[in-house]
Amino acid sequence: MGKTLAEKIWAEHIVSATPNEPDLLYIDLHLIHEVTSPQAFDGLRLANRKVRRPDLTIATEDHNVPTLNIDKPIADPVSKLQVDTLRKNCAEFGVRLHSLGDIDQGIVHVVGPQLGITQPGMTIVCGDSHTSTHGAFGALAFGIGTSEVEHVLATQTLPLIRPKTMAINVEGTLKPGVTSKDIILAVIAKIGTGGGQGYILEYRGSAIRALSMEARMTICNMSIEAGARAGLIAPDQTTFDYVKGKAHAPEGADWDAALAYWKTLTTDADAKFDVEVNLNADELAPFVTWGTNPGQGLPLTASVPNPADIANAEDRGAAERALEYMGLTAGTPLRDIKVDTVFLGSCTNGRIEDLRSAADVLKGKKIASSLRLLVVPGSARVRLQAEAEGLDKVFLDAGAEWRSAGCSMCLGMNPDQLSVGERAASTSNRNFEGRQGKGGRTHLVSPLVAAATAIKGTLASPADL
Amino acid sequence: MEKFVKHSGSALPLRRSNVDTDQIIPAVYLKRITKSGFEDGLFGAWRNDPEFVLNQPQYKGATILVAGPDFGTGSSREHAVWALQNYGFKVVLSSRFADIFRGNSQKAGLLTVILPQEEIEKIWQIIENKPETQISADLQSKTIAYEGTTLNFEIDDYTRWRLMEGLDDIGLTFTKIDKVSEFELKRAVFKPKTLPIK
Repeated sequence: MGKTLAEKIWAEHIVSATPNEPDLLYIDLHLIHEVTSPQAFDGLRLANRKVRRPDLTIATEDHNVPTLNIDKPIADPVSKLQVDTLRKNCAEFGVRLHSLGDIDQGIVHVVGPQLGITQPGMTIVCGDSHTSTHGAFGALAFGIGTSEVEHVLATQTLPLIRPKTMAINVEGTLKPGVTSKDIILAVIAKIGTGGGQGYILEYRGSAIRALSMEARMTICNMSIEAGARAGLIAPDQTTFDYVKGKAHAPEGADWDAALAYWKTLTTDADAKFDVEVNLNADELAPFVTWGTNPGQGLPLTASVPNPADIANAEDRGAAERALEYMGLTAGTPLRDIKVDTVFLGSCTNGRIEDLRSAADVLKGKKIASSLRLLVVPGSARVRLQAEAEGLDKVFLDAGAEWRSAGCSMCLGMNPDQLSVGERAASTSNRNFEGRQGKGGRTHLVSPLVAAATAIKGTLASPADL
Repeated sequence: MEKFVKHSGSALPLRRSNVDTDQIIPAVYLKRITKSGFEDGLFGAWRNDPEFVLNQPQYKGATILVAGPDFGTGSSREHAVWALQNYGFKVVLSSRFADIFRGNSQKAGLLTVILPQEEIEKIWQIIENKPETQISADLQSKTIAYEGTTLNFEIDDYTRWRLMEGLDDIGLTFTKIDKVSEFELKRAVFKPKTLPIK
């Protein structure tokens, strides 16, 4: 029997396999940021160990950093200490670091692909659950905890039990105004936040093949929101074209060898997935979440659900609590929900295509006077590219705030936070209680819905304008 | 890591599903650079509510958390495990754990035990009626026991052995480090490197 793509990449990275033990897997790339690494570096120091492969390791400052006045010292002393600690650790252990102000600073999952160090067939880890983003290149990429960060720093390997495999087949053609964000929100609504637990997802089908690399990254990014540590897409010409010419892409004979290898990275025709899930792209519509987990989503044309209609007792209870937290009444059309803040950014939707698509909607228009629109590019390079294309002008003319790169309001570790009761339409990945600020209320949306909502003041798609 | 063989203590019922790691420890508490001191941030957003179960005096000193399904979803922050441990929890029971959280807890020595939801419901009722009920978790026999009830649970032999011996993974991997070096010799030359900077 043939192998799935995930099984192939797994097999090629086994350093050591012993019956009844986890496989020891080699890690091709380790991405680091300031929040989940300090205790790992401390562990190395305590045991008198070094970083085994600094040349397979790269760090960037993203979670904590301000998006205003980045030429000034970080105002929050605790954030500053954490960022300073990363700088000190990288200097001491010889790890490449892109600091605030550096052209390659940005969200770690935006930086890797744009440098060309994210490539097909690799194993990639980071102390961040959205590492699944890199799966868009046909890499096996997943988030790890700090103990594992220390393990990878010390040994460039991880002991892991191989997950099962799940195919997510998306056939058909997306309607105009429907994006890859809507695909993944629909997937999570279908299989639930625990549906992917214990699995590696492979997104397949004509609707996936038709997507750009950046749109594919959005889908793989949110695999973790369905409970799956990793999600991937087989590389194809779209992938190869994207990688070619990037700073760390292979060149000359190396490129030919790499390409020949990358072309083998498909699921064999006779391979069997443990589970298959099917979605029809023709039927998808712009999706928004109404609750406090990413599985609580519906098409924008729907209304806030009535918990009494939910048969499963756990889901019913969760829906009741979610409506209370979100300040919503069952039966309210989602399009009637008034929004205070729109956040455009994050490792889910902070890349150049996301900014372009939102700018297209906003061009020549003004945002509603009742709300603020925060535009935070995923990286310093994305910001510069957007400025070269005049997108910053479009956002500023519309009344938006144009910020510097970082994770920003996706998780509110820096000053970009919602206040109690404030309601946001956000292109990020988590609508958890308090995620974007204590008491803040989050509706997850695509960049197109974010832009239309900013203009209308209520949840809207460009078709509603 | 401390050895874990057997633990007995009172338990605290957390009747919620999908308690994600942002609820266990909100991001604003993640700025510490140590593994200690996270107890004040545990369930940070809910702690101000006097009705919240952690604030109820009858559960003071509980060392076993009995959680709803899909506990620990979301972010990979191991701080969630440290916060539970810093607060004093040794064991978490749930019908479903998120993968990364479960992996992190097994690295840090917090025992996570999967039980069927109907057993979780029974334990919730027992400890709500009698908060002083002692529950014991035994890795040797792979059982949870309370008031004459004994429940078997599954855990892979390797993790069980590691927890019982208090072994850390890095030390174990260093016993195979020659194999890592051999593997590195065979890696394709076209694989990217982060250094030198291009």
